[in-house]
Amino acid sequence: MEFATVLSLLDATIRLSTPLLLACLAGLYSERSGVFDIGLEGKMLMAAFAAGAVAAVTGSAWAGLLAALIVSIMTASLQGAAAISLKGNQLIAGVAINMLAAGLTTFLGQQWFRQGGRTPQLSADGRFGTVELPFAPQIGQIPVVGPIYQELISGHYILVYVAFLAVPITAYVLYRTRFGLRLRAVGENPKAVDTAGISVNRLRYQAVLITGLLCGFAGAYFSIAQGSGFGNNMTAGKGFIALAALIFAKWKPVPAMFTCLLFGFLDALQIRLQGAELGGIEIPVQAIQALPYVLTVVLLAGFIGKAVGPKAGGVPYTKER
Amino acid sequence: MKFSTLTKAIAGGVALSAVLTGAALADPAVIYDLGGKFDKSFNEAAFNGAEAWKAETGGNYMDLELQNDAQREQALRRFAGQGANPIVMAGFMWTAALEAVAPEFPDTNFVVIDTVVDQPNVQSILFDEHTGSFLVGALAALKSESGTLGFVGGMDVPLIHKFYCGYAQGAKAVNADATLIESYTGTTPAAWNDPVTAGELAKAAMDQGADIVFAAAGGSGLGVLQAMADAGEYSIGVDSNQNYLHPGSVLTSMLKRVDVAVQTAMTEAADDATFKPGLTVLGLAEEGVGYSVDEHNQDLITDEMMATVDDLKAKIIAGEIEVHDYTTDSTCPV
Repeated sequence: MEFATVLSLLDATIRLSTPLLLACLAGLYSERSGVFDIGLEGKMLMAAFAAGAVAAVTGSAWAGLLAALIVSIMTASLQGAAAISLKGNQLIAGVAINMLAAGLTTFLGQQWFRQGGRTPQLSADGRFGTVELPFAPQIGQIPVVGPIYQELISGHYILVYVAFLAVPITAYVLYRTRFGLRLRAVGENPKAVDTAGISVNRLRYQAVLITGLLCGFAGAYFSIAQGSGFGNNMTAGKGFIALAALIFAKWKPVPAMFTCLLFGFLDALQIRLQGAELGGIEIPVQAIQALPYVLTVVLLAGFIGKAVGPKAGGVPYTKER
Repeated sequence: MKFSTLTKAIAGGVALSAVLTGAALADPAVIYDLGGKFDKSFNEAAFNGAEAWKAETGGNYMDLELQNDAQREQALRRFAGQGANPIVMAGFMWTAALEAVAPEFPDTNFVVIDTVVDQPNVQSILFDEHTGSFLVGALAALKSESGTLGFVGGMDVPLIHKFYCGYAQGAKAVNADATLIESYTGTTPAAWNDPVTAGELAKAAMDQGADIVFAAAGGSGLGVLQAMADAGEYSIGVDSNQNYLHPGSVLTSMLKRVDVAVQTAMTEAADDATFKPGLTVLGLAEEGVGYSVDEHNQDLITDEMMATVDDLKAKIIAGEIEVHDYTTDSTCPV
């Protein structure tokens, strides 16, 4: 493969792994605090719709992003209320959010815009443009390193940088701050945290709200950066792939990034390999399109060993009386 | 959940309209395929045809957007059982459902677009997509500076290969050295509604040197048009006239006049005297396929290009140029 081809492949990898990464980190906060989150998909969908709708009406991508964050956080609090305060089953709360999101977005979209649940196509101002990092054209002249900087690192949507910046921030918060220590503890042994005089529910709410925030970024990425307007069910199961990535990465931020990059890479590879020939025989499109899923199964089954989640995950906390 | 609410809503709506107005019994029905009624492409063309019929005749019609494959037979039976006549379906995936249901309702006239169902009460309408695609392929090759042309299909099925094959032949007809990059969004019906993947495919084609990409992908095609517009390159729309979506970037649209077919069918098939069961093929001569030129793209196409393409069109109609149809033998000569 030529250098330029590899570069464009990696470029697509970054574009495709960004929403996975944001959703994966979102799930990490919630699950580390002991709240399993099947509802990543639904929160992203709500956010994507809010971003698309508000950006279409106001013509501003920033207003769209703000709406996405607000809606996603509100959805997360709803899920939190069911799963934390009301001690409902966490899985069912998540599934309910997914169903609500799928129905509500299409319904409201149709009521407001009359385009079959789509939001109108966005103008240039309604979407995030790509960001040119400083000196990209100049550095781009340097052989090998230059194009990597110019093509691969520079020239992405701003939310891509948000996603990759969120990785070190998450790692720092989780392992280097008091909040992070408590967050990890509450997912493993909430009783101990409670005994130390810290509110379990409060911590879990905080975690769930951060999850909502990150899902908001992921959702906005779909409709006002990568796409141009909301389409029915446009998250297309990415929330579940992010969940798989989270398990694959054993609930750790840096491995989560690499896992999401791997999944994104397989997706990008699938797109580039269409019509490719191997030893004179054209590989069927179907075989290539199945590749990411096959590899996911193989990797999950064979290479990561045992993935054990936070011990107190899935159980609402009840104080002893 | 969605499914049951929807069917309930349909059942309710249909029952209500039948009770309220006796005339509703002979109303025509239109059923769209999985891309959705507002895909700005194939299904929207069918919808526009139905709306044109309504404006022309002042009549009412019932319509339904499918949510999944399993609904096909059920939707047909429900409409036929309610007395809708004729029932018009847009999409090649109707074959099996219609073959099962048509004999059950011998007095109902069915019209299906894009596939052939051999029943005495079914009119099958096919389009010569390969000749229309041939013309836009020629136009693309005339416009292209790199000589590399992309194609992004929707679901990987013979019908879409027919588009590609015509496009490739047209491109080679004016530029024998043209390189073509062929790709498909997916292998399931979800591929009609996946603009993100389709946009990535367009970007991949651009990375390989393509400066014009033809999207024959229903709702997914919007992602291709967007990606090409973002990159400042050209795209070609499909089915409906999509030139207005990104003025100055959409080179032209391969028109497939599903709207005219639906409108005509709703009028003719309502009466057994004018109903034409059997196969109807709409090609260049019948204006069933073609390419669009309007105020959004006229600056992109020079008179010279237009003259060349019009000449090709005349030759195809006259039979001097034979455009190979992929669906006849599942091979493409170029």
